[in-house]
Amino acid sequence: MSSLAELSNMMVYATMLALTFAMVAFAMSFAAARNVRTPVAANVAAGDVLVAQAPPEPSTRGRTAGNVGIALTWVAFALLAVGVVLRGIWAGRVPWGNMYEYSLTSALAILGVYLFLSLRRDVRWLGLFAVIPTLLTLGLAVTVLYTEAAQLVPALKSYWLIIHVSAAIICGGAFTIAAGTALLSIMRNRLPAGGLPDSERLRTITYRIVAFSFPLWTFAVIAGAIWAENAWGRYWGWDPKETWAFITWVIYAAYLHARSTAGWRGNASSWIAIAGWVSFLINYFGVNLFVNSLHSYAGV
Amino acid sequence: MDAIHNLAARGHSRFRNGAVMASTKTAVAPDIGTVGFLRWMWRQLTSMRTALILLFLLAVASIPGSIFPQRGIDPILVDAWIADAPTMGPILDTLGFFDVYTAPWFAAVYILLFLSLIGCVLPRTKQHWDAMRSQPPDAPKNLARLPGYAETTTTDPDVLARVERVLLSQRWRVKSGVGWVAAEKGYARETGNLVFHLALIFILVGVAIGALFGWRGNVIVKEGGGFSNTLTQYDAWGGGRLASADRLAPFGFTLDAFRAEFDRREAQFGAPSLFEADVLVRSDPTSADAPARIEVNAPLTVDGVKVFLVGHGYAPKFQVRDSGGQVVFDDAVAFLPQDGNFTSTGVIKVPDAIPQVGFEGAFLPTAVLIEGAGPQSAFPAPDDPTVFLTAWVGDLGLDGGVPQSIYRLVTDQMEQVDVQIMRPGDVWRLPGGDATIAFTGFDRWASFQIAYDPGKEIALAASVIATLGLMASLFIRRRRLWVRVAPGPDGDTVVQVGALGRSAAVDVQPDIDATIDVAQGGEGRE
Repeated sequence: MSSLAELSNMMVYATMLALTFAMVAFAMSFAAARNVRTPVAANVAAGDVLVAQAPPEPSTRGRTAGNVGIALTWVAFALLAVGVVLRGIWAGRVPWGNMYEYSLTSALAILGVYLFLSLRRDVRWLGLFAVIPTLLTLGLAVTVLYTEAAQLVPALKSYWLIIHVSAAIICGGAFTIAAGTALLSIMRNRLPAGGLPDSERLRTITYRIVAFSFPLWTFAVIAGAIWAENAWGRYWGWDPKETWAFITWVIYAAYLHARSTAGWRGNASSWIAIAGWVSFLINYFGVNLFVNSLHSYAGV
Repeated sequence: MDAIHNLAARGHSRFRNGAVMASTKTAVAPDIGTVGFLRWMWRQLTSMRTALILLFLLAVASIPGSIFPQRGIDPILVDAWIADAPTMGPILDTLGFFDVYTAPWFAAVYILLFLSLIGCVLPRTKQHWDAMRSQPPDAPKNLARLPGYAETTTTDPDVLARVERVLLSQRWRVKSGVGWVAAEKGYARETGNLVFHLALIFILVGVAIGALFGWRGNVIVKEGGGFSNTLTQYDAWGGGRLASADRLAPFGFTLDAFRAEFDRREAQFGAPSLFEADVLVRSDPTSADAPARIEVNAPLTVDGVKVFLVGHGYAPKFQVRDSGGQVVFDDAVAFLPQDGNFTSTGVIKVPDAIPQVGFEGAFLPTAVLIEGAGPQSAFPAPDDPTVFLTAWVGDLGLDGGVPQSIYRLVTDQMEQVDVQIMRPGDVWRLPGGDATIAFTGFDRWASFQIAYDPGKEIALAASVIATLGLMASLFIRRRRLWVRVAPGPDGDTVVQVGALGRSAAVDVQPDIDATIDVAQGGEGRE
C-alpha cells in the first residue's frame, strides 16, 4: 500500500467530513425556510391556500446556511477530485477499475452535476438531494466496496473502459440529481416553500437534466455494445448488465414521451424519472453484487 | 364476415371500456363498421399513450431475463434450475421465462411498439415535410400576449428591413408583411426526432440480419494444434436460419503459443493479468501462414469473420504403454477448469490398449490437499502441477455407435482399479499387469469464439444516426418569432418582439434579447 493510495483514502474521508458539514448547513437552510412558513400559516386558515401564494423568501440566516452549504460542497468536490486523481495515478490508469473506484468517481459526478447547476441558477434548495446520495455512495464505497486492487483484469484493458464507463458515470450523477428534483416536484406542495421553485419549474429542471443525459446514456450503451462486440464476440447478449441498461434506457425514453403526453406531464412523469434512477441503481449495485454477470470483476 | 364483425364489435366495446377507465370521459363512439373499427384500432395503437404503455411493458418484460438463467447464455444453468424446481421449473419454461428474449410475448411487445412507432412517424413525416415547405404564420395582432415579449424604440426608419436581413443571415425562415416580420427556426428538432425513430427500425433490421445470416461457434485448440473453419471442427456451433453452414470461409489457424499470467499480490491474488494467444493464420488451406496475436480485447478478423479469445485451460500430457511396452497413447488432453484457480477435470480414453483403459483425472496447477475437500488448486499458475488419476479397465463403449463426450468416461462396462497422485515425470504401473501411464508434462489450450454477424455494421450505423437524431430532437429549440413596428408618439419607431417556443421547456428569451439588440443597431449575437 503506497502513500499515494493512503493519501487518496484520506482525501475521501476528508470529503465525507466536509459533506457532513454541508449536509448540516443545507438542513439548517431547509429548517430556516420552514420557519418562514409559520407566521404566514397563522394568518391563513386553510393550509392548501398557502400553496397558491408566491413562495416566501427564506430568512437571511437560511440563505447564509445555504451559501455555507454550497461553499462546503465545493470544498468536498475539490477534495474528492484530488482523491480520485491520486487513486488514478497510484493505479496507473483511469480511476474506475473496480466498484470502489467507480463509486468514488460516481460521487464526484453527482457533486459535479450539482455544482454545475449551481453556477447557472440558485439551487441551494437542492443541496440535500446532492449531498445525501453522495455521502451514501462514499460510505458504501469505504465500508463495503473497498479494495486495494490496482491491476485490471484483461477484459477491462481497453480504451473503451475510458469512454464507456466515464459516460455511464456522468449519467449516474445526472440521473441522481434529476431524481432529486423529480422527488421535490412531487413533494413540493407538502413542503415549506422557502426558496423552492414551484412544481412546474422543478419538472422543467428535471426534464432539462434528463434531456441532457439521455443521449449520453444512449451513447454509453452503444459504446458498451461496441466494446462487447470486440471483447466477447457479440454486441448484445442480454447479459444482466446489458438488460438493465436497456431497461433504464426504455424508462427514460418513456419519461421523455410522458413529458409530451397529455395527462402524464405532471407527477406521473416525475415518478417515471425516479423509476429510471432506481433502475440505474439496480444496474449499478444489484447486478454487480447479486447477479452472475459478465460485468462482475475482481475486487467487486 | 358476420363473425368477424361480431368479434370486432365485441373487441370494440371491451376496448371502449378500457378507454373509459383510463380517461373517465370518452365520447360515445359512433356506429362504425369493420373498416371504421380497424381505423379506430390503428389510432389507438399509434397514440402516444399506447406508446408509453408499450414502453413500460417492454421494460417490465425484460426483467425476468435478468433474474432467471437464459438458454441463450447458459443452457446448463437452465437445466439445473428446472431440475431444482420440479413444479415451477416446467411451468416457467412453458411460459418462456428461460428464453425471454425469443419468447412470443416479448416479441409481441416490441412488434406492437414498432408498429406504433411506424404509425406515429409516417404521418408526422408527412406533416413535417409540409411544414418544411411552408411559410411561418402571419404575426398575431397583439404580440404582448405571447409567452416571450419585449419592446424598444429606435429612430432608424429601416429597422424592420435590417431585422429581417439579420434573421435571414441567421438562417431563420422569414416571411414579411406590412409592418411585421414572422420567422421560424429549429425545424431540425422534428427532423432529428423522425430520424431517431426511423433509425430505431434500422437497428432492428441490423439485428434481424445478424440473427438470420450470422453464426457463432466455439472451439478449444491446444498449443501446437490447428483449426480450420468447417462445421466438424467446432465443439459447438449455432447459426441463423439462413446462415450458410456448409460454405464457411475456408480460413484456418494454428495455436503456436498461449500465455497467461496471474496477479500474486495480496489484494487480488489469482486475478488474471494477461492472456494472449500467438497464432499462425492462413486464409485458405493452401496459402502461407501469417503470424498474428489474439488478446481478450483484440480479436482477429479473417474474411469478415472474427476470432475471439474467450477462455483457456491446461492440457496435461500422458503417455500410456500396454503390458508389452508398446506406446498406445501419447497426447495432451484438454482438461476443463472448474474454478478460478483452475482445478481442472478431464478424462483419458485409451481404446488401443487390451483390455481398454480409461482415466478420470483432476489437474491442479498449484496443488494443495484440504482434508475432506478433495484435490484442489490454490493458484491458477502452474507452480506445482499435479494430477489425480482414477484408472478404469474394461470396455470404453466407443464401438456402440453412440457419440460420447470427450470429457466424460462411460464406466458402465468398466471396473475401477486404483487411484494415484502424479507429478510431471512420474510413471504409474497399473495394478494387475505391466501397463504404465506417464505424466509427461502439460500444454495449455485456448478456447475461441468464432463469430460472423453481417448485420452489425447496419446496427452500428443506425445507432450512431439514431443518437445524432436524438441529440437534434432534444437540443435544438423550435421557436417562432414575430417583429412588429409602429410609429411612436415622438416620431420614432416602436419595435415589438414576441416569441413562442414550439415544444415544452423552450426558453425564447435569448432570441428576444438578440432581436431587441438588432433593433437597437447591434449585430444580434445568437
